[in-house]
Amino acid sequence: MARQPIYLDYNATARPRPEMVAAMVEVLGAPGNPSSVHGAGRQAAARLARAREQVAAFASVPANAITFTSGATEANNMAILGAPHGRLIISAIEHDSVREPAGRSGRPVTEVAVTGQGVIDLASLEAALRESDAPALVCIMAVNNETGVIQPIAEAARLVHEHGGTLHVDAVQAAGKIDLGPITRFADMASLSAHKFGGPTGVGALIVRCDDGARRPVLTGGGQEMGLRAGTENLAGIAGFGVAAELAGRELTHAARLVELRDALEEAILEAAPDAVIMGREAPRVGNTSCIAMPGMPAETQVMAFDLAGFAVSAGSACSSGKVRRSHVLAAMGQGDDLAGAAIRVSLGWDTDARDIEAFLGEWKRQYERSRTRERKTA
Amino acid sequence: MVQPVEKTAPRPVRVPVYLDYQATTPTDPRVVDAMLPFFTEKYGNAHSEHRYGWEAEASVNIARREVAALIGAGADDIVFTSGATESNNLAIKGLAWAYKAHRRHIVTVRTEHKCVLESCRRLEEEGFTVTYLGVDAEGLLDLDELKAAITPETLLVSVMAVNNEIGVIQPLHDIGAICREAGVVFHTDAAQAVAKIPLDVEAMNIDLMSISGHKLYGPKGVGALYVRRSRVNLRPVMDGGGHEHGLRSGTLATPLCVGLGAACRIGGEAMMADAAHLRGLADRFLDRVLDSVPGARLNGHRTRRFAGNMNITFAGVDGNRLMAELRELAISSGSACASASDEPSYVLAALGLSDRDIQSSVRIGLGRMTTEAEVDFAADTVIRKLAAVERTRA
Repeated sequence: MARQPIYLDYNATARPRPEMVAAMVEVLGAPGNPSSVHGAGRQAAARLARAREQVAAFASVPANAITFTSGATEANNMAILGAPHGRLIISAIEHDSVREPAGRSGRPVTEVAVTGQGVIDLASLEAALRESDAPALVCIMAVNNETGVIQPIAEAARLVHEHGGTLHVDAVQAAGKIDLGPITRFADMASLSAHKFGGPTGVGALIVRCDDGARRPVLTGGGQEMGLRAGTENLAGIAGFGVAAELAGRELTHAARLVELRDALEEAILEAAPDAVIMGREAPRVGNTSCIAMPGMPAETQVMAFDLAGFAVSAGSACSSGKVRRSHVLAAMGQGDDLAGAAIRVSLGWDTDARDIEAFLGEWKRQYERSRTRERKTA
Repeated sequence: MVQPVEKTAPRPVRVPVYLDYQATTPTDPRVVDAMLPFFTEKYGNAHSEHRYGWEAEASVNIARREVAALIGAGADDIVFTSGATESNNLAIKGLAWAYKAHRRHIVTVRTEHKCVLESCRRLEEEGFTVTYLGVDAEGLLDLDELKAAITPETLLVSVMAVNNEIGVIQPLHDIGAICREAGVVFHTDAAQAVAKIPLDVEAMNIDLMSISGHKLYGPKGVGALYVRRSRVNLRPVMDGGGHEHGLRSGTLATPLCVGLGAACRIGGEAMMADAAHLRGLADRFLDRVLDSVPGARLNGHRTRRFAGNMNITFAGVDGNRLMAELRELAISSGSACASASDEPSYVLAALGLSDRDIQSSVRIGLGRMTTEAEVDFAADTVIRKLAAVERTRA
C-alpha cells in the first residue's frame, strides 16, 4: 500500500514533533558528555539544564525535582523500588510497569477498586489506607492509558496524606493532554514519558517532590542525576523531551479540538450501532482517547481489519498487544470477556484531523455492518 | 624544539580540539541518517500490532543482528538497554539476584568502571562477598591471582575489556577459558572495546557483555547486554511489560536501537582502518611528547592497549596548572563520571601511582574523526606549554 496508514494510536506512541527532531539532530552532531569539565562537556551540561527547565515548567515543578530516566518504566520502577515504605497500595488499573515492580518488591500490595466507569473508588482507597498504621506508598495513575479516564488525584492525595502515606502518580498519559499543574501540586512523585506527547522514545523522568520518595537508585554507577540515576545522560533524547514539553505545554488548549473530533466520532458510532459501548464515557476523560467495543467482534480481528484498510489502532495497551491477553483495566471496570474482548482503543494526537476521523468512522461502520450481516446469516 | 606553527600559518584546527573520545564520541553522520526515518515516518511503537509497529519491530531486529554480528553472537542473545550503566547493572545484579540461593561470591577488579564497582557494593550490602583483584604496574590482571580467587562459591567474574582511563586490554581469551573451566559466569564491560578491538563471545567464552552506543559513534541513551541465554539466567532490574525476553521492560526506543545497530555495522567495517589510523596518530603524538617533555610517561602497558586511549603523567606539573595550560585541548583528568568531583583516580592509584602523580595525569583520547593536524596541534601545545613549566620537584 502506497499511502501511509492513518495513525490513531497516539497513546502507544505519539508522532514525533518535527521541531523536536530538529533539536535532537543538532545535539547528536555535537560531542560532549555533560559530566566532562571542558567546553564540549559544559555545553552538553547547559543543554541538559535547559531541557530540565523546559520539562519543569511543563510539569509545574522546580527543576531540581526532575530526574531524567530511560523512560516511564524506569521511572515507575525507581518510584516503587526506591521508596522506603513497607507496604504498597496500587489502583486496579495501573500500567504493568507499576503492577510488576509492586508485585515483585516483596512488600504487601493492596489493590484499590475502580467503578464501572473506570474511576478509582475513594472509599476503597481509604479502606486500604486504614488497613495498617504503617505509612504506605500509593500508586494511582493520572489518566488511564486504555480508557483515557482521568483519576481524582487531588482527592486521593488528601486521603493518602491524611494517613501519612506517599502518593506516586504515573502521569504518562496525562502529559500533553491535560495540565500537569493540578497533578504535581498534590502528588509526591510523578512519572513522565517523552514519547507519549511528541518527544522521543528512550527518555522519561521521575519527579520527586517530597523527602520520603525514591532515594535508592535502581541504576548505580557514576552518580549522575544527583546520585539518583547513574549513566551518561541521553542528551539528544533529553533535549528532544524538553522541546516537546515546551510545545505540548503551549498547545494544551488545542486539546479542545481533539475532544470535538473524538465526541463526534463516538456520537456517530453510537447512532449507527446502538449496541456499541464506549468505555468510561460517563467519567471525566482526556479528549484524545476512545475505547470502543463492537459487540461480537474480537478486538484482534478489528485491529487487523483496520490495518488492512489503512488505520493504525490498538487492542489495548501496546505493551500487552501481541500477547493476546484480557485487559486488566476493563476487567477491573467489571466488563465481561465478551465486551472487553471486543474493545479497541482509538487515540488521537497533534497530527489528527477531521478527515482522518471521518475516514475511520466510515471504516468502523463497514466493519460493523459486515459483522451484523455475518451474525444474521449464522442466526 | 618549540614549533612556532601558529605564527607562520593560520590555525589548522578548531580549538579546543576534542580529544576526549572515551567520555563520549560524536555520532557518526551515517548513524544519524539511519535514525532519522524513525522520527519522521516510521515512528510506530515496536510493540504495536499494526503496520507502524511491525515496521519498527523489523528494524529493531535488523539492528539486533547488526549488534550481534560484531561480537560473534546470536541476535536472540542481544538485549537492548539504555546504555552500558544499565547493562552492567543488569548483568551483575540481575545474575546475582537470579542465583543468590546458590552462590554468593563475585570476583572483579579494582580498575573497573564505577557502575560495576557500585553494583558490586550494592550486592555486598545484600550479603554477597566480592573479591576486588589488584592489577600490576601496567594495569593488567594477574591470571594466577584470578584463578586463586575463584572458589566453589564464585558465581561471577567481571573484568572489563578495555580500561576507560588507561586503555589497557585485559587478556579476555585467558580469562574466559579460566571461567569456563571453573564453571563460573564471565561478564565483561566492553563499553570501550566494542568496534575498537576484535571481540568474539564464542572464542573468548564470554557469557555477558555490556555495550554502549555513544562510545562507538552511536547515540547516547542506548546500549546492549549480550546474554548467553543458553547458559545464564537473569532477574530483570526493571519490570513491567516483559519486553526483551522479560529481561528488560519498557518501550524499545526504535531510533536509538537502529542507531546502535548502524554504529555497530559501520564500526565492524571500519575497525581495522580505525585501528591503523589511531595507532599512527598515537605513535606520532607519543614519539614527540614523551621525548620532548621531561618527566612525561605513558600509563598502562605499552603495547597491550587500545591506541586511541592515552593516559600520560607529566611528573611534577601541578594538576590545576596542567589543565589550565592545556585548555586548548578538550581532555580529561580521568573518567568523565569523576570529572566533576575532585576524587583522585582510583585506576591510577591501583597502578601504584602516587597522589601527586595522579594529579599530574591526563587522559588524551583520539577517535575516528581525529586528524593528523589535530594531533600535531595537540603535541605542539603540550610541548610548548609543558616543556618550560616549572616543576614542583626535579
